[in-house]
Amino acid sequence: MTREKVALAPHMPKCWNPDTKPHKFCPGCGHGLALKMLGEAIDELGIQDKVVFGCDIGCSLLAWDFFNVDSVQTHHGRTTPVITGIKRARPEIIGIAYMGDGGGYAIGAQHLVNSATRNEKVTAILINNTNYGMTGGQMAPTTLPGQKTETTPYGRDPKETGYPTLGPEMVAAIAREGAYVARGSISNLRQLKKYLKKAIQNQMDGNGFSFVEVLSSCPTNWRTNAEATWSFVEKDMAEYFHVGEFKVPGLKEEK
Amino acid sequence: MSEKPVKGSRRVFMTGNEVCAWAALAAEADIMYGYPITPQTDIMQYWTRLAPKYGRKFLQTEDEISAGFTTVGGVIAGKRAFSATTGPGNTLFQEPMSMAEMMRIPTVVIIPQRGGPSTATVIYSQQEVTMTTFGGNGEGFRIVYSTAGHQDLYDYTIKAFNTAWKYRFPTFVLGDGYQAKMREPLTIYDPAERGIEMVKTEPLVGLPGTPGVDRPVQYLRNTYNTEEELYDVVMSIAKDYEKAAPEIMEWQDFDTDGEMDVLILAHGVVSRAAQGALPLLKDAGIHAGHFRPITLRPMPEEQMRQAAAKAKRILVVESAYGQFLKLVKEALYGMDKPIDTLLRPGAGVTAEEIVHRIQEGR
Repeated sequence: MTREKVALAPHMPKCWNPDTKPHKFCPGCGHGLALKMLGEAIDELGIQDKVVFGCDIGCSLLAWDFFNVDSVQTHHGRTTPVITGIKRARPEIIGIAYMGDGGGYAIGAQHLVNSATRNEKVTAILINNTNYGMTGGQMAPTTLPGQKTETTPYGRDPKETGYPTLGPEMVAAIAREGAYVARGSISNLRQLKKYLKKAIQNQMDGNGFSFVEVLSSCPTNWRTNAEATWSFVEKDMAEYFHVGEFKVPGLKEEK
Repeated sequence: MSEKPVKGSRRVFMTGNEVCAWAALAAEADIMYGYPITPQTDIMQYWTRLAPKYGRKFLQTEDEISAGFTTVGGVIAGKRAFSATTGPGNTLFQEPMSMAEMMRIPTVVIIPQRGGPSTATVIYSQQEVTMTTFGGNGEGFRIVYSTAGHQDLYDYTIKAFNTAWKYRFPTFVLGDGYQAKMREPLTIYDPAERGIEMVKTEPLVGLPGTPGVDRPVQYLRNTYNTEEELYDVVMSIAKDYEKAAPEIMEWQDFDTDGEMDVLILAHGVVSRAAQGALPLLKDAGIHAGHFRPITLRPMPEEQMRQAAAKAKRILVVESAYGQFLKLVKEALYGMDKPIDTLLRPGAGVTAEEIVHRIQEGR
């Protein structure tokens, strides 16, 4: 075999835009994995022509031309209301709001909370990498106790700055029947894809608000090598942020 | 489509907020997004009562930031979407409206101004001129109609939708608490019967076909990587705005044909005081004229200058501490005309007060 034949094109979801690949995320960043699972979910549901993908400010905005689906890049924290506005005007559209932990839990927290309480028929996907990546690694609502960031250089002190936001737990507590809420991780892609698919299917079924938080990595700002990065996602983060489904329509809630 | 909300034309006696709701219905607005704030709230209240009867929609959001961004979403989806707000709500609206400016999203927002700064009063003012014309981190690529009464509110709310969708700039109907809350007689009409055709709306997302397969993908963004890239985008918006401006500008002049002792410059409801002052001034032997810009963005600068050229002095009257005055000074830059002012921030202005100010200045 010649060398050219060995270098096969990498497998990409059909709904990805190959012209914008390789993507713009840092090496080792979890966004690419999350977006790969989202792409496969869109492919498997056969909805490339129906999805409108909204992305937030921060690293999420690098996904503005990621997919071959109609996309809109908004302001920091404002993707949820933009997608809500689209969905309210055109209910046949499948609206996906893609954001980071700052966008969802800090600057846009009021939109997440109220979309959940109104049971908006949209799907929100939130990437939790425990810091503000694009602005250079400041403390996020999800920064772990003791974790060093640019604005917590001696480690996050919960006495001063509170504890990390437990997003899915909060959304599950305020959302009513029909909502789907889960937390996945880039360390278990098969499970993550299952959650993303269910979150989109839930919108397609007209049940209610769907929310998936994704535990993700940020080696650039964490200043970690591959091993330490993976360990932080799989151990430190997973210990605080429990992976699983928090609300599934039709299922009796587990206490 | 369901039955027309306004058939033919008829005389009515309504509050300005009620007028706006009827105008939006007559203009075939599809959906309103909004958050309650006085004195705007009745627009939503009338809309929520009337809209379902005609198959139109409504969403009450969690705040004005959300109201602005959901309105942007509705327009992106291809619907004639609008909102209404005022005061601190207008402040929060500046963020979504800067996005609308950048992305050429034809939103329509009705603003019955209230007193400021801050929470201030819920009654009346013209203190949202600077914010509505040049607010946000933008360049003022907006269209602002300043209405003087209820017929204006009806006419310009309908027109706002067409201007917005024709030229693709965020468009504002700038009224005030007096107009919002008081009743006046006016004629409401079916725009089609007046030969007004509603400009067709177009979706920016969710087009027919499969993106990237049988049609191009719609990528909407407001973020750019390089200075050059951004510069080109902004300059192209500026060029479109300058080109459209002469077609959009509107104004009225009163008794400005001959030489004038004084030209009164006023907009919105204060223009009515100026109009009322003219006969009183005439009786007092003063040759006065009045120029009223209806669009504050774009400002009919050339027309204002022509009127100003014929007057010995200028008097700027407004219910703000010099917000309109700034626009006037820019429009008249380089002209050698003394400018007097009657600035009454957040307070009403009567014809007599204008007359008094002119006589006092002589």
